[in-house]
Amino acid sequence: MSSVEKSLDYTAGEMMTVTAARALENGTTCFVGIGLPSEAANLARLTHAPDVVLIYESGTLQTRPEVLPLSIGDGELCETALTTVSVPEMFRYWLQGGKINVGFLGTAQIDRYCNLNTTLIGDYTAPKVRLPGGGGAPEIATNAGEVFITLKHSKRAFVDQVDFITTLGFGRDGKGRDGVPNIGKGPTRVITDLCVMKPDPETKELVVVSLHPGVTAEQVQEATGWEIRFAETLENTPEPSARELEVLRALKERTAQAHAGQ
Amino acid sequence: MAEILSLHDAVARYVEDGATVAMEGFTHLIPFAAGHEVIRQGKRDLTLIRMTPDLVYDQLIGAGCAKKVIFSWGGNPGVGSLHRLRDAVEKGWPHKVEILEHSHAAMACAFEAGAAGLPLAVLRGYVGSELPNVNDQIKFIECPFTGERLAAVPSVRPDVSIVHAQKADRAGNVLVEGIVGVQKEAVLAATHSIVTVEEIVDDLDTHTNACVIPGWAIDAIAVAEQGSLPSYAHGYYPRNNRFYKEWDTIARDRDAFTQWIEENVMNAGETA
Repeated sequence: MSSVEKSLDYTAGEMMTVTAARALENGTTCFVGIGLPSEAANLARLTHAPDVVLIYESGTLQTRPEVLPLSIGDGELCETALTTVSVPEMFRYWLQGGKINVGFLGTAQIDRYCNLNTTLIGDYTAPKVRLPGGGGAPEIATNAGEVFITLKHSKRAFVDQVDFITTLGFGRDGKGRDGVPNIGKGPTRVITDLCVMKPDPETKELVVVSLHPGVTAEQVQEATGWEIRFAETLENTPEPSARELEVLRALKERTAQAHAGQ
Repeated sequence: MAEILSLHDAVARYVEDGATVAMEGFTHLIPFAAGHEVIRQGKRDLTLIRMTPDLVYDQLIGAGCAKKVIFSWGGNPGVGSLHRLRDAVEKGWPHKVEILEHSHAAMACAFEAGAAGLPLAVLRGYVGSELPNVNDQIKFIECPFTGERLAAVPSVRPDVSIVHAQKADRAGNVLVEGIVGVQKEAVLAATHSIVTVEEIVDDLDTHTNACVIPGWAIDAIAVAEQGSLPSYAHGYYPRNNRFYKEWDTIARDRDAFTQWIEENVMNAGETA
């Protein structure tokens, strides 16, 4: 069993999910976005954070799905929840009421100040691509204690200026949260398939703090639409463990089986 | 007091051309059968309200029923875009449809304010978002007590709300189980309401804290067995995920869409 970590085989996507999962501490109350955040949050629950509280905007409180939901309102989320509340209650009492530690979001576009766009690509009145819209994200990002973001790294997603700020990171000048009372800290980390980034404490501009194994700074720059900053002491993201990979693969396998043929 | 009507008669009586209509359902219990009846009756110029417009709104828009859509997340959940919505907004087919976009929190609060008889909803919302730049129904007000800047949106007060539920008793009391979304708020916020149900029973056979909408708060109950397919009814049948994926192909093409509506809605009768 020596140097197991060097012999493991995993994909960049698995690296991303495991790293995102590790960001969630046990006991955290997490408002979970669908897709990559949901995968990471459930992996956390099934590994190091059995008491993480997962909440979805469909009103499902403290849910423990066996398989990943295809959409935010899957029956699986309700059947395995401690309780299910109405959507107004979800947003008013639980989110706006300050009961959520972490909002875990994905996005279509993100810029250097962590602003998120899920509304459209192009101009609002004549969009090139119309995206689904804000959903719960605008208020999750301001009413949760802090925000984690996970998405795949590409120039299409990491843009110099988002086409539309659906959801506030730190605004177009990095000062969007300054002096605003009663809102959370905002994004504290962004996890991709290449690296981990955190906002600079002063300027709020994203800084790469950790590279995933085998990834170079050039690769990250190549996949980013602005001149990205790197921390002076750049860390190496720890590799996934055998157990994390096993649990993640089993989860995805169960999910694929459950959704096949439906 | 809820009147038990056929789906045809309920829609004919309460959904008028030009009406503001909310057909709610948060992924669960989506009133597809009722939406199809609206299409069959050729209703026009509707302002359609819903937090998460999905396939049934895509169908209503493609069939030419909608003038405007008010929403907070418009997509095919887990699959992608609503192609009929996009075609109507971007290219004006079958005619131009206007959109008014909110966030979930704002719409949930607006439904609740509507149910509470208030003219507006107040929330700690839209901070730093550019949605207020494109939606003139989002304003900001100052709290008279603390001075905090808060978002305000008009309450949702539909002319008619339509929701689907598991069952009603003979007095028209309705039981909603599972993910309850904003269905109760939608019914209570509306001038008129139609609830379609899987079945009518002698006894709701429920517990005291269940989500029950009293019959006297509803105008019409109509039986629509499997009325939320391809979405699901908790305790009755699962979601037809395959159809949600197939819809992506059908809805991409105007002809394929038209043919689908013709075969599955126009010529299918009330059971579609």
